[in-house]
Amino acid sequence: MARTLSVCPFCGCGCNFYIITKGERVVGVEPSPGNPVNRGMLCAKGWNSYEFIHSPDRLTMPLVRKGGELTETAWDEALDIVSGRLNDIKKEHGPDSLAFLASAKVTNEENYIFMKMARAAFGTNNVDHCARL
Amino acid sequence: MAGLAAAFGSGAMTNSIAEVEEAELFFITGTNTTAQHPLIGTRIINAKERGAKIILADPRKIQLADYADIHLRHNIGTDVALLNGIMNIIIEEDIYDREYVEERTENFDQLKAVVSRYTPRVVEQITGVRASDLEEAARAYATTKKAMLLYAMGITQHATGTDNVKTCANLAMLTGHVGRPSTGVNPLRGQNNVQGACDMGGLPNVFSGYQQVANEEVRKKFERAWGVENLDGKVGLTITKMMAAAQKGDLKALYIMGENPMLSDPDSSHIELALSNLDFLVVQDIFMSETARLADVVLPATSFAEKSGTYTNTERKVQIAHKAIDPPGSARDDWEIICEVSERSGYPMNYNSTRDILKEINELTPSYAGITYERLVKGYGLQWPCLTDEHPGTPYLHKDKFTKGLGSFLPCDFKPVSEVPDEEYDFLLTTGRVYYHFHTGTMTRRISILDREAPEPLVEINPDDARRLGIQNNDVVELISRRGSIKAKAEVTDRVPKRVVFSTFHFHEAPVNLLTNPVFDPISGIPEYKGCAVRVRRCA
Ligand code: SF4
Repeated sequence: MARTLSVCPFCGCGCNFYIITKGERVVGVEPSPGNPVNRGMLCAKGWNSYEFIHSPDRLTMPLVRKGGELTETAWDEALDIVSGRLNDIKKEHGPDSLAFLASAKVTNEENYIFMKMARAAFGTNNVDHCARL
Repeated sequence: MAGLAAAFGSGAMTNSIAEVEEAELFFITGTNTTAQHPLIGTRIINAKERGAKIILADPRKIQLADYADIHLRHNIGTDVALLNGIMNIIIEEDIYDREYVEERTENFDQLKAVVSRYTPRVVEQITGVRASDLEEAARAYATTKKAMLLYAMGITQHATGTDNVKTCANLAMLTGHVGRPSTGVNPLRGQNNVQGACDMGGLPNVFSGYQQVANEEVRKKFERAWGVENLDGKVGLTITKMMAAAQKGDLKALYIMGENPMLSDPDSSHIELALSNLDFLVVQDIFMSETARLADVVLPATSFAEKSGTYTNTERKVQIAHKAIDPPGSARDDWEIICEVSERSGYPMNYNSTRDILKEINELTPSYAGITYERLVKGYGLQWPCLTDEHPGTPYLHKDKFTKGLGSFLPCDFKPVSEVPDEEYDFLLTTGRVYYHFHTGTMTRRISILDREAPEPLVEINPDDARRLGIQNNDVVELISRRGSIKAKAEVTDRVPKRVVFSTFHFHEAPVNLLTNPVFDPISGIPEYKGCAVRVRRCA
């Protein structure tokens, strides 16, 4: 069994817990006793926060719409399609025909380079997130 | 956000979660705290047991109502009138903080002129709150030293959301309740990293740390650091404007990371039209969400347990999380996917880890300059602004002066909800969350115990209305608005006032956002979820 310190993904309190793993399986969480946000406590959402991780519904392969259907596709091809289409559209309609929605669920680092990509790689300030909602 | 930034110079929670324990009074409005932020809710209840007072301003009888000393059940969408009424009393009775107002704020005369019109009698007519209750609340808030104001989406999710927030800020400044521990104006962020997404520049007008794209010096700094020329100085589109532009055909491509606007947006049939009208839609997520189903390309990303990086909680505290397991199948971290797309688009980024990225954030973002990897792994997180390696972080903002210098009173007049009930659509629908679910439920609905506790959507309706319409507990009812209809089971409860129905937006079986009204706050772009007119019908 291993313990890895993490932050609960379910609300803005940001409680800290250890993810308890057996091999590649998460088997539970254990609140951080010392962290001043939660001091050894979690709410029901936090205690159960790990269950979805091993859901059979998780996406495991890139999907590309082919003949109307989303079809499993290798990473290389999927990524080439994404960058190819975005660049074609930018060339034809200008950078502001593209837009990017950042996420209130991923890390700061990921949000930072996402907005950097929108602004530096594609040249648009059309960046927002859904958390206004 | 926008309202608070205009008043104080920063849109974030002014104080800290730990300070809740020391507060002597809470003014709580538009947050069902025990459901949405359980561990803050628990602290409030503990503080109450220790003798703190609770003033709750909420049309619904939420769990905190059981603990409230004063519960102001104002009519939906009348927050500005309610708060102006409280300020009217505080000024009339001369119990405002004169010294604070003179030394630290501006525009007091304008505030005074506006709120003078909101006498207790006028306010009673608009809000339905008795003058005596209003007076009691006003006196308690103004005369208690450690009075903390907390709000959440119940305040912001109105077409007048920015006005609501400004009015909260006015009230706190008038009484000198900003810039000391256990006081302040505290927006509680819903999702775990809303604060971080904003801090990192996931907004159309700013780079990381709220550095304006319109400012040429700022742009020059980022151009040098990023090795590009001509960063755009024009503010981009907000999400709601993106959807409108997509529907018109001006926006051609959208790249969505980890979000499900099909369920979280108001008027979701309109969103579906907008998204379907795009030439190209990319969705990067961990599940096949309603939005991902519409995509041209879906990229499988990792969950929190499979990656390392930092998150910023609602009290501006940056904390680090570490990778515990490998991702399923060939799913990849969001940051790796972004680097790949960027490189293939002719702009290589060259990061080896999120730690490298954090280093760049430290270098380019003054408020995050001292929030380094080395410090985060040693302690329990750091609250921004944290300006240098030695800076201890900032538990509460605006200590001796506001971030912008003087705090600005920005008085607002009351405007009624944009869709007032009429004969045909005679109920107001308001939406919100239940304790067991998180936003659109893509993660929480897959956790069996959470789904067991709150397995299906309910529509709350007042016993008087239910009797009139022949509705009993668990009857299936239909809610019909000018935009669509949904069916769900009824829960007959006096939690909701008369002529109001309440439902949640976690459930794809009954997507309440098919009904809601896509009118937006003109400044923040936040849609009005908290009031639209509907008709209620019992299904046979
Ligand atoms: S454990 Fe509960 S209160 Fe803590 S962050 Fe998670 S959801 Fe929020």
